[in-house]
Amino acid sequence: MSTSPILEIEALSLATKSNETLVDNVGFSLNKGESLGLVGESGSGKSLTLRAILGLLPHGVRQTGGVIKSEVSSAMVFQDPRGALDPLCPVVKQLAEVVYFRQKVSRKASRVVALELLEMLGLPDSLKRTDRYPSQLSGGQCQRIVIAIALACKPGILLCDEPTTALDVTVQRQIIETIARLQQELGFAMVFVTHNLAVAAAMCSKLAVMKKGQIVEHGNTLNVLQNPQNPYTQMLINSVLPLPELEGSGQLWS
Amino acid sequence: MKRIRTEPQLHQDGRQPSIIHRIWNTPSLLVGSLMFVVLIVLAVFIPYISPYHPSEQNLSAFLQPPSAEHWLGTDQLGRDLFTRLIYAARTDLSIMVLAEVVPFCTGVFLGMLAGYYGKWVDTVITLLTDTFIAFPFYLIVIIVAFASGAGERGIYITFMLVGWIVFARVVRGLSASFREQEWVASAQTLGLPGVRIILRHLLPNVLPQAVVVLMTDMVGLLVAIVTLGYLGIGIAPPTPDWGTMISDGQSFITTAWWLSAVPGFAVVYTGIALSLVGDGLADIWRKK
Repeated sequence: MSTSPILEIEALSLATKSNETLVDNVGFSLNKGESLGLVGESGSGKSLTLRAILGLLPHGVRQTGGVIKSEVSSAMVFQDPRGALDPLCPVVKQLAEVVYFRQKVSRKASRVVALELLEMLGLPDSLKRTDRYPSQLSGGQCQRIVIAIALACKPGILLCDEPTTALDVTVQRQIIETIARLQQELGFAMVFVTHNLAVAAAMCSKLAVMKKGQIVEHGNTLNVLQNPQNPYTQMLINSVLPLPELEGSGQLWS
Repeated sequence: MKRIRTEPQLHQDGRQPSIIHRIWNTPSLLVGSLMFVVLIVLAVFIPYISPYHPSEQNLSAFLQPPSAEHWLGTDQLGRDLFTRLIYAARTDLSIMVLAEVVPFCTGVFLGMLAGYYGKWVDTVITLLTDTFIAFPFYLIVIIVAFASGAGERGIYITFMLVGWIVFARVVRGLSASFREQEWVASAQTLGLPGVRIILRHLLPNVLPQAVVVLMTDMVGLLVAIVTLGYLGIGIAPPTPDWGTMISDGQSFITTAWWLSAVPGFAVVYTGIALSLVGDGLADIWRKK
């Protein structure tokens, strides 16, 4: 158990140009193959933290302190899958393009790899034969393409920025299961940003709860959920609406 | 029962309706291109349509009203007006198209650079466009046309200098908004080179809008060519041109008003055709 972490964030602080603090003194580390859930309300700095890891801070936001040490490459799965794809480029071409530039293989080989990735993501065969544009695919299919593109980078860490928020509930589940399966197969580490505590609980071994730019609680997922120390975490857990038939059983998270 | 359609229907398998289908449902594009094609066909085949030469004088039959022999009458030197009108379309339209090529390419390219890279690249390009915008358009056109000598060359040089601005401004705005979209950011982090993002992803996305602007801009350019001709610093007299025709006919406006009115109408006709095409293209691309 003495493996050194592949991602270490120490005292990361982000602020706007007018010095409004957005993320304050955030730190965590990630081991190989491990997954960390970042939960919290909108605007608590989860996505920003993720973007900082990727080096993709939006305009007007800068890092004011802290270090991000990462030994492996990372790739991101975005919240809005359609927005993460060029609307005027066939999806397979976009995927092959990333393979070409990241894996340094020939154009022909990159297409072959791209098709393998499609298969891995469980996308229909029709995509291989005809050029399809993002607008012709469903949200779930687009998200699978986005995941495939992220995987084409052979990332050591997969950064998921609410990958299921924009999707249907049933599709959400499929995407979650796909990501979980791929993680088992490929063994990448993962930082998973979500609003959804249930998803976080299912996907992640560690959980960090963020509020107003700070991590207020951090630890083993089950410990955090079963025995929340911070009143904010408590509130988050209570805000999950239980299904009616489960009401009163008190066994939501067992 | 009347069917009201707002959006193009999707095919059963979710494909977009075909491009032909969409063009067919855009009357402005159909009418506009038809008007333009008629003009082009006339301009191309005029030597076979008309028995006259555009600068062939016939002083015994000057200022004749429209007749079976001279469809639109003759001018003060007895030249056939219809023949001159269409030959003038050849000159003016070819200059119009040719003079837009360079400004369109530079404008789109500089606009993409400014919008995509931002920072100092943007500052420099915006500074340039704003400086040019601050001058009245025709002032620059007339000054440069004078400086570079009258004629076609002057028009080309003028528009190379000032024509790119309108494209740069539009494309810069578009590129800057695309840049904020996730797919551009994602392409950057995925390690695609900037040149490739600009040429393969940004360009197809900004091109439709740029082409729509091109259509409206060509109308402006045509009017500028005609204006220069009218002022006598455009196309040199023996070559037929709508501007010089309007100005030549001016002296006879009370007796033979059609000498000026007909080339004026030709300008309006071309302008409407191009605007309709631009409108139609915008419609088609918006529906996407």
